[in-house]
Amino acid sequence: MSGAVPIMRIGGNVLISLQGDLDDTTVVAIESAIMREVSRSRTTGTLIDVSGLAMVDSFIARVIARMAAMTRLLGAETVIVGIQPAVAITLVEMGVSMVDLHTALNAEQGIAMLQRLREGTAAISAEAAMSTPVVR
Amino acid sequence: MIATIELAIPAVVGIATEPDLLRVRTVLRQHAVAAGFGIVDQTKLVTAGSELARNILRYASGSHADLSVEAVQNGDRTGLRAVFADDGPGIADVDAALGDGFSTGGTLGLGLPGARRLVDDFDIVTAPGAGTRVTITKWKR
Repeated sequence: MSGAVPIMRIGGNVLISLQGDLDDTTVVAIESAIMREVSRSRTTGTLIDVSGLAMVDSFIARVIARMAAMTRLLGAETVIVGIQPAVAITLVEMGVSMVDLHTALNAEQGIAMLQRLREGTAAISAEAAMSTPVVR
Repeated sequence: MIATIELAIPAVVGIATEPDLLRVRTVLRQHAVAAGFGIVDQTKLVTAGSELARNILRYASGSHADLSVEAVQNGDRTGLRAVFADDGPGIADVDAALGDGFSTGGTLGLGLPGARRLVDDFDIVTAPGAGTRVTITKWKR
């Protein structure tokens, strides 16, 4: 596998497009690159576009889920977009659970979802602030 | 004179290093397309093959291992049979290895059971010290 992973910034979000046939070393290298970018840019939203992947096996699925969990620890929500129907069917039949992940049909809906997630988080913080007992 | 050009898809792929993982996927995809499989069945076969090839790289590294693919027929049905054979350490507890979540390698443990669910027939022959031979068959729908 050759070439750098294109990581783009779109309106405060980080967008990564996974393409081609990825071997395990490349998948792990992409994971590191994304973590560095999320940490460096202090983004609050990450979109991982997997529409260019014709196959996602249990290893690739596991790394994607791990990326989403780690970016959350860095304060960013992650939305996976563009899972091919055949890939989705295969993952479900194989028994790979991706239920903990935010997913959307395409990048546009993914960005809208990140916006909602941010508003949701803000609403929860505001609520928490209001319900915080005042200590006198 | 009509020349027939046969596009040769490899029938055997050695499995020794990580780039072979990509070759296994590519060759299985080519066979699945040539056999007339739909996109979902292509993807299932390629994914099952990827799991089995990775198992070999992870647990039987250094052994002699390969994938061999052949077209099969049963009455009206046509399909593909893929054999993943290695002469590595073998699997001591096959029943456990076929169960979900069993892993000695710190992974999801979906390799064997996942691959099994993606194909129509799944057969495994293994013993400690005697290598592992997994045969998967997928019929065209």
